[in-house]
Amino acid sequence: MEKLKSSLTNMLLVLTLIAVIAGGALAMVNSVTAPQIEKINQENLAAGIKAVMGSDDIQVAEPQEVEGFTSYAVSDAQGNALGCAVTSSTNGFGGELKVLVGFNAEGDILGYTVLQTAETPGLGAKAADWFQKGAKGDIIGKNPGKCNFTVSKDGGDIDAITASTITSRAFLLAIKNAYDNVIAKHDGATGASAQAKNCKAEGEACCDSTECDSINE
Amino acid sequence: MNYFKIIINGIVKENPTFVLLLGMCPTLGTTSSALNGMMMGLATMCVLIVSNFLIALIKKLIPDMVRIPSYIVVIASLVTILQMCIKAYAPEIDKSLGLFIPLIVVNCIILGRAESFAAKNNPVASIFDGIGIGLGFTLGLTILGSVREVLGTGCIFGTSLYSEDYGMLLFVLAPGAFLALGYLIAIFNKLKG
Amino acid sequence: MNKLVVSLSPHVHSGDSVAKNMYWVIAALVPALICSFISFGVGAIITTALSVVSCVFFEWAITKFIVKSDKCTVCDGSAALTGVLLAFNMPSNIAPWIVVLGAFFAIGVVKMTFGGLGCNLFNPALAARAFLLISFPVQMTTWPLAGQGFGSYLDAETGATPLALMSQAFKGDVNALNQLPDAWDMLIGNTGGCLGEVCALAMLLGLVILLVKKVITWHIPVSIIATVFVLTGILNLINPVQFANPVAEVLSGGLMLGAIFMATDYVTSPMCAKGQLVYGIAIGALTVIIRTFGAYPEGMSFAILIMNAFTPLINQNFKPKRFGEVPAKK
Repeated sequence: MEKLKSSLTNMLLVLTLIAVIAGGALAMVNSVTAPQIEKINQENLAAGIKAVMGSDDIQVAEPQEVEGFTSYAVSDAQGNALGCAVTSSTNGFGGELKVLVGFNAEGDILGYTVLQTAETPGLGAKAADWFQKGAKGDIIGKNPGKCNFTVSKDGGDIDAITASTITSRAFLLAIKNAYDNVIAKHDGATGASAQAKNCKAEGEACCDSTECDSINE
Repeated sequence: MNYFKIIINGIVKENPTFVLLLGMCPTLGTTSSALNGMMMGLATMCVLIVSNFLIALIKKLIPDMVRIPSYIVVIASLVTILQMCIKAYAPEIDKSLGLFIPLIVVNCIILGRAESFAAKNNPVASIFDGIGIGLGFTLGLTILGSVREVLGTGCIFGTSLYSEDYGMLLFVLAPGAFLALGYLIAIFNKLKG
Repeated sequence: MNKLVVSLSPHVHSGDSVAKNMYWVIAALVPALICSFISFGVGAIITTALSVVSCVFFEWAITKFIVKSDKCTVCDGSAALTGVLLAFNMPSNIAPWIVVLGAFFAIGVVKMTFGGLGCNLFNPALAARAFLLISFPVQMTTWPLAGQGFGSYLDAETGATPLALMSQAFKGDVNALNQLPDAWDMLIGNTGGCLGEVCALAMLLGLVILLVKKVITWHIPVSIIATVFVLTGILNLINPVQFANPVAEVLSGGLMLGAIFMATDYVTSPMCAKGQLVYGIAIGALTVIIRTFGAYPEGMSFAILIMNAFTPLINQNFKPKRFGEVPAKK
C-alpha cells in the first residue's frame, strides 16, 4: 500500500479520524475509571478525617464551604458532636502545603495530616511527623486561639522543624488560618455544640513552652 | 531483523539516559528514590511500546505533513489513559509520580522513537524497539534513583543501609541529580568503551 | 579565544610562582587561624589540620591512581590552600567525617573532575561549603560560641551568630538588633560563627600581606566591601530597626573572608581590573540581596559561586589590553 499523499482532504480526514478514535478511547476509559478514582478520593478523605479526629467510630457530615475553607462537621456514632475537620493550605518552601486538621468543639487540635506537600525531603517534609503527639513540635491538644501559635524563633510556643523554619511557619499558618476563619468566627457553622463533653476547663494552659532547641538557619 | 539485537541496542548502544540524553526532565525530576525512578521508567515503557506499535501500524495512513500532530495525539491519548488507570488502580504510584505522568507526553524519547524507528519499521520490530529503549530508560532511571537514594538518605528501595543522619541531602535535591547523572554518564561511557 | 591572553592565571607564571603565591596566601591566613584558636580553642586547629591533610591526600591519590600522572600537583600548595579555606568555612565543632567528606567534594568533584588546578569552574572550597550546607544543614549551622577555653571542640556550647540576629530582625523581631555584639567584638572575633570568619582584624592583616606581596590587587576585595557597605547603609537609613548598620554587616559573617581570600581566587575570578570591579560589585550586591531577602542568613558564599559562573562571560566582555591597566605582576 502506498503512503497517503499530503493533500488537504487526506490530512483533514486522517487528523479527524485520529482525533475521533482517540477521543472515543479516552471517553471509554474515563467511564470505567472515574467511579474508581472518586471512590479512592473518598476513602482517602475518610481515612484522613478519622486520623485527625483521633477516632474510628465517627459520622462525617456533608462538607461546608466556610470562608474558602472546606469544613467537615464530625460527630460520634451516637450523634454527639465531636468537632470538625478543616482543610487549609498555604505556600510552603517548595510549593503548596495542604493540611487537614481536626478541632474539637473548644478549638483544641485533635490531630492533623499533611494532604499535599512539595517540601524538601529530609527537611520540610518532616512536617508530617514533627508536629504529631509526643514529637518535638507537638501541637496536639493545643488551641491556636489561646496560645502563641507560631514558631519559637518568632516568639511563639511551637518548636520549628530543625533547619526548616519556613516550612514550619507555613504549616502553623495553615492551621491558624483554619482556626481563625472556621472555628473562631463561625462557631455555629461547624456543627460543634458548645456543650461538648470532656472539654478542657477554660484557660487551662494549652501550651507549655518546651525547651528551645531551634537553630540558626 | 534480529529482535534480540534491537533490545540490546536500546539498553546499551542507544541507551536513552546515558547515551542519547533524551527525556532529561523525568530523568532528573523523578529519580529522588530508586522506586520512583523505576516506576517512571516502567510507565514510560508502557506508553512507548504501545505508541511504537500503533504508529508503526498506521504509518502508511498518515500523510507526511501532519505526521507530528498525529503522533502527538496518539501519544497524548495513551498517556492520559495510563494516568487514569494509575489514579484508579495504583493510587500509591499516583501520589509519588502524579505530577510527572502527564509529562511523558512531551518526553522526547517517545516522539523520537516514533520518528526514527516506528515510522520506518514494521509493528513487531517497533514493539521490540519499545521494549529495548524502555528497558534502557528504566535501567538508567533506576540506577540514578538508587545512587541518589543511597547517598542522600542511606536507603535503597526503602531498605536502610546506614543511618539517615549520614545521608547527603544534596543528592535528594535537584543539584544532586545533575551531579550523579554526570558521573553515571562518564562511568557508563567508560565501560561501554 | 584564539588570541593570547595575558593573565594572572597560574599557567603564565614562571615555574615556581604558583607555589609561591599559594604559600603566601596560606601565610596570610595564619593570623586568622591564630585568632580562631583564641576564640574557639583547639577545635579550630584540629578541624583545619584535618581539612588540609584530607585535601592534600585526595589530590595526591586522584593524581596518582585516577589521572596516573607523575606530576607533583600537591607540591604547588593549592590543595593545602583549599583545605585551609574549607576549614575556615565550617564551624570549629563540626564532626570530623563531615570535614573529610567536604575535602573529597572540594578536590575530587569540584577541582579534579574538571581537570585540576586552572580548569575548575568554581572555587573548590566554596563549592564544598555549599554542598555541605545543603547536605548537612543542621551540623553546618550549629555555631560554637567564642571564648570557651582552649580545650573546646565537639562539645562546645552553641548559639546564634550576628547574621542570624540580623535575619531575625528583618523577619520582624524588633529586639534582635540590640543583641548584636558591638563592632569591636566583631573586629577581634569575639562572636560565634565559622572558624575563619569571625576575626575581621586578622582578615584585614591578611589583606595587607597579600597586597604588599602583590599576590592580589585591591579591586575585588575593595569593590565587594564598598558595595555591601553602601547598600546596607541605604537599607539601614530606611529602617534602622529592621536592617543592621553597615559597619556590623561588613564585619559579620564570611564577608571579609570571602572578599579577601575566596573571591580573589585566580582561577575563578576575572582577569583584568575592569572585569574584577564588575565582579566585585555584583558579588557585593548579591550578598546583600541574599542576606536580606533570602532563606539563608549568609549570602557571601552563594554570591561568589554565582559570579564564578559568570566569570567567563565577564572575561569575554572585558578583555585585558596588551599593556593593560593592571600593573604587570611578578
